[in-house]
Amino acid sequence: MFEPVLLKNINAQDGHLLSTYEAGGGYQALKKALREHAPDEVIDLVKEANLRGRGGAGFPTGMKWSFVPKQTGKPKYLCCNADEGEPGTFKDRIIMERDPHQLVEGLAVSAYAIGAKTAYVYVRGEYVTAIRRLEQAIAEAHDKGYLGQKILGTDFDFTVHIHCGAGAYICGEETAMLDSLEGKRAQPRLKPPFPAVEGLYASPTVINNVETLACVPHIVMRGSRWFREIGPDKSPGPKLYCVSGQVLKPGLYELPMGIPLRELVESHAGGPLPGRRIKAVIPGGVSAPVIPESGLDVGMDFDSLAAAGSMLGSAGVIVIDDATCMVKVATRIVEFFHHESCGKCTPCREGLDWAVKVLRRVEAGQGEPGDLEQLDALCKGIFGNTFCALGDGAAMGLRAALKHFRDEFAVHIKEHRCPYH
Amino acid sequence: MSMREKIEAAAARYPNQRSAIMPALLIAQKEHGYLPGPVLEEVADILGVERIWVYELATFYTLFHTEPIGLFHLQLCDNVSCMLCGSENLLKHLETVLQIRKGETTPDGLFTLSTVECLGACEMAPVMQVGDDYHGKLDDARVDQLLDSLRAGVSQAAGIEPASARPPGE
Repeated sequence: MFEPVLLKNINAQDGHLLSTYEAGGGYQALKKALREHAPDEVIDLVKEANLRGRGGAGFPTGMKWSFVPKQTGKPKYLCCNADEGEPGTFKDRIIMERDPHQLVEGLAVSAYAIGAKTAYVYVRGEYVTAIRRLEQAIAEAHDKGYLGQKILGTDFDFTVHIHCGAGAYICGEETAMLDSLEGKRAQPRLKPPFPAVEGLYASPTVINNVETLACVPHIVMRGSRWFREIGPDKSPGPKLYCVSGQVLKPGLYELPMGIPLRELVESHAGGPLPGRRIKAVIPGGVSAPVIPESGLDVGMDFDSLAAAGSMLGSAGVIVIDDATCMVKVATRIVEFFHHESCGKCTPCREGLDWAVKVLRRVEAGQGEPGDLEQLDALCKGIFGNTFCALGDGAAMGLRAALKHFRDEFAVHIKEHRCPYH
Repeated sequence: MSMREKIEAAAARYPNQRSAIMPALLIAQKEHGYLPGPVLEEVADILGVERIWVYELATFYTLFHTEPIGLFHLQLCDNVSCMLCGSENLLKHLETVLQIRKGETTPDGLFTLSTVECLGACEMAPVMQVGDDYHGKLDDARVDQLLDSLRAGVSQAAGIEPASARPPGE
């Protein structure tokens, strides 16, 4: 029987307060890490647990930490990516609003492991409640000696600052986030150098997602074996799934990694609305290629979804039913990426502008023969040719819609109208 | 605290002044309602940074407003999850009752109507942010109630009776 850990306090009254968090065993992991483990042992624990980054890329967290050079003479930084902007995703907001100490403790343990004295939590500016709760949690943790100088009587000093974003999806891209933190327009950097070597202020920097950091105290308390025994070997652990769209019970669900998408949508989230049928599901935020209903038996983990031609991404599961036009959904997704393109590189900036124009005319019944081939060519021109993953996400999403629902696009052009209007 | 003191306190969190431009702009916007040129210059002067650095951030990030906006900024999400749950019809309804198009401000200066990208609250789609607050599971009736309560709050603060519980023209 799976026992939720990340959402344990989520419905508790005053779940955001230190007293609630401590009553449920909070900050025991920080005590244990500081008293019983050397920093390298914490890195090893996270490696053995095979924790993979929950922000979308699924990179092994322990390995990322081990890339930080030991002696550089420069300060080391820990940055938390809480700029949750991937459409369909709301898990990090809920953690920060309802159980912010889980993140604060995760930050402290992780900073101890990598040797950082300062962390910046980059929270999107719209998340006003989350920011207030996190500020309160940081202040409480300071007063109790879980943050600050000589934490719990050891030589570990650590401070957490909140950096408030101002509305730019691209800040979810880690190097664009670093530029934004440095007070610049958020545009991705060329890699290498990778942030672990030269990140924030050209110093060694680790960037982790909120949910990733929230997993760390549980691994310290329960052990890497406990974590690895949940879900598939290659991407284990408890996982937060955000379910939204045309589904009976939208919400945040904590379940094992690898749960079949069909079970998540049909059992846990209650299935389609009355009288409707599920047509397709986007499994990991709008960057993740759409999966038609026939493919819903896929497991919700990094490798199974990649093998099925999609991706786990941020686990933002968007359910689309049979009353919805896929051309309209695809158009809206590409419009989003077009709006959020930072403008740095040509394939993304110009290619998406062009794709939006073609998609809008197809959806409006003014498409022309050759438009779908034009869209195919645009996807080819964008994918793999951009600075960062934003362009790739747009191209992959559009490609999948064109592949699985090509007939629907073709009908728009042939009949000069949207059959759903 | 004065705006200068708030900005200087924020700047203390960073090893250099440039990093403090974003927090400084948020503080200045809260103070002035929006960010006209002279305010941008004041921010640059307080931090001692190049003015161009301040201008380029104020025009890059969507939460910064260089033009005046209404007292209540109605930010309706129209990304995929909200679209699937009816945000298009809500936009039409808002445009009808407020008698403005998206991007515009009502003549009384109370409401600016915008559509925004995903607000990260898809579990309560369709969602609209007004000021600091999120309002979810919206339909036409709940939008009407929300507009009424926002208007009533303003009238109360001004010590006058609400002129009408309904928008003009309805």
